[in-house]
Amino acid sequence: METLFFVLGAVALISGGLVVFQPHPLRSALWLIVNFFAVAGIYLLAHAEFIAVVQVIVYAGAIMVLFLFVIMLLNLRRPEEDPVMPYYGQKLAGIILSGFVVLIMIYGYTRAKLPAVKEMLPGMGNTETIAQSLFTNYLLPFEVTSILLLVAIVGAVVLAKSRLK
Amino acid sequence: MVVPLNYYLALSVALFALGVIGVIIRRNAIVIFMSIEMMLNSVNLAFIAFADYFKAVDGQMFVFFSLTVAAAEVAVGLALIVAIFRNRGSIYVDNLNILKW
Repeated sequence: METLFFVLGAVALISGGLVVFQPHPLRSALWLIVNFFAVAGIYLLAHAEFIAVVQVIVYAGAIMVLFLFVIMLLNLRRPEEDPVMPYYGQKLAGIILSGFVVLIMIYGYTRAKLPAVKEMLPGMGNTETIAQSLFTNYLLPFEVTSILLLVAIVGAVVLAKSRLK
Repeated sequence: MVVPLNYYLALSVALFALGVIGVIIRRNAIVIFMSIEMMLNSVNLAFIAFADYFKAVDGQMFVFFSLTVAAAEVAVGLALIVAIFRNRGSIYVDNLNILKW
């Protein structure tokens, strides 16, 4: 099982690197789909089966399809245009600063004192546990999320409507 | 847990760093947006790792809502990018400099 985690982690990291460093936006989107599938596999290893399936359905199945629709709509077949200024120094500084961010985060979580691990609760599967928590403790965020989705729908329709002139 | 908690967190940090690099380096608005989605994904991974470590379901609840918010944000963001493309003909963010002095 450990090797499975390392294989999925390597797939996630390599596809993530390819998303960022690939000139074609269409191929970046496809590598991001591979990344989401690898991370969903890691969710399965972490006993989060419901979230893994929701990730595949929503992220890889709806959000990335929307990205692909927009890429096809805007017809971004060719690679990125030649920049006016190549910005080599700024890009290198950006990568170094991202390395700094990584170092700060690693320093932060290695200094944290985590409490002792509890035992595994017997009984219910993952979906039932989530359902029990979602509809009692987290009912208000659940309902507010529905309003958020409605607002997002209205906003997207208004923004993308073509002007009838 | 199949591996110690630190391995999950290290993978999450690495994916987050790749997302940050993508936002800083790329000049195409859609690829910048995809890097933001990768950052959100890495934070979800950290939440799931902690939910597995503490044997509590609250981490997974947070991932559930983060997924929903990400879906809504992608819809609105892509509508914005389509509107920008319709107005300017390209989504190359270096051209979006009207507010620059």
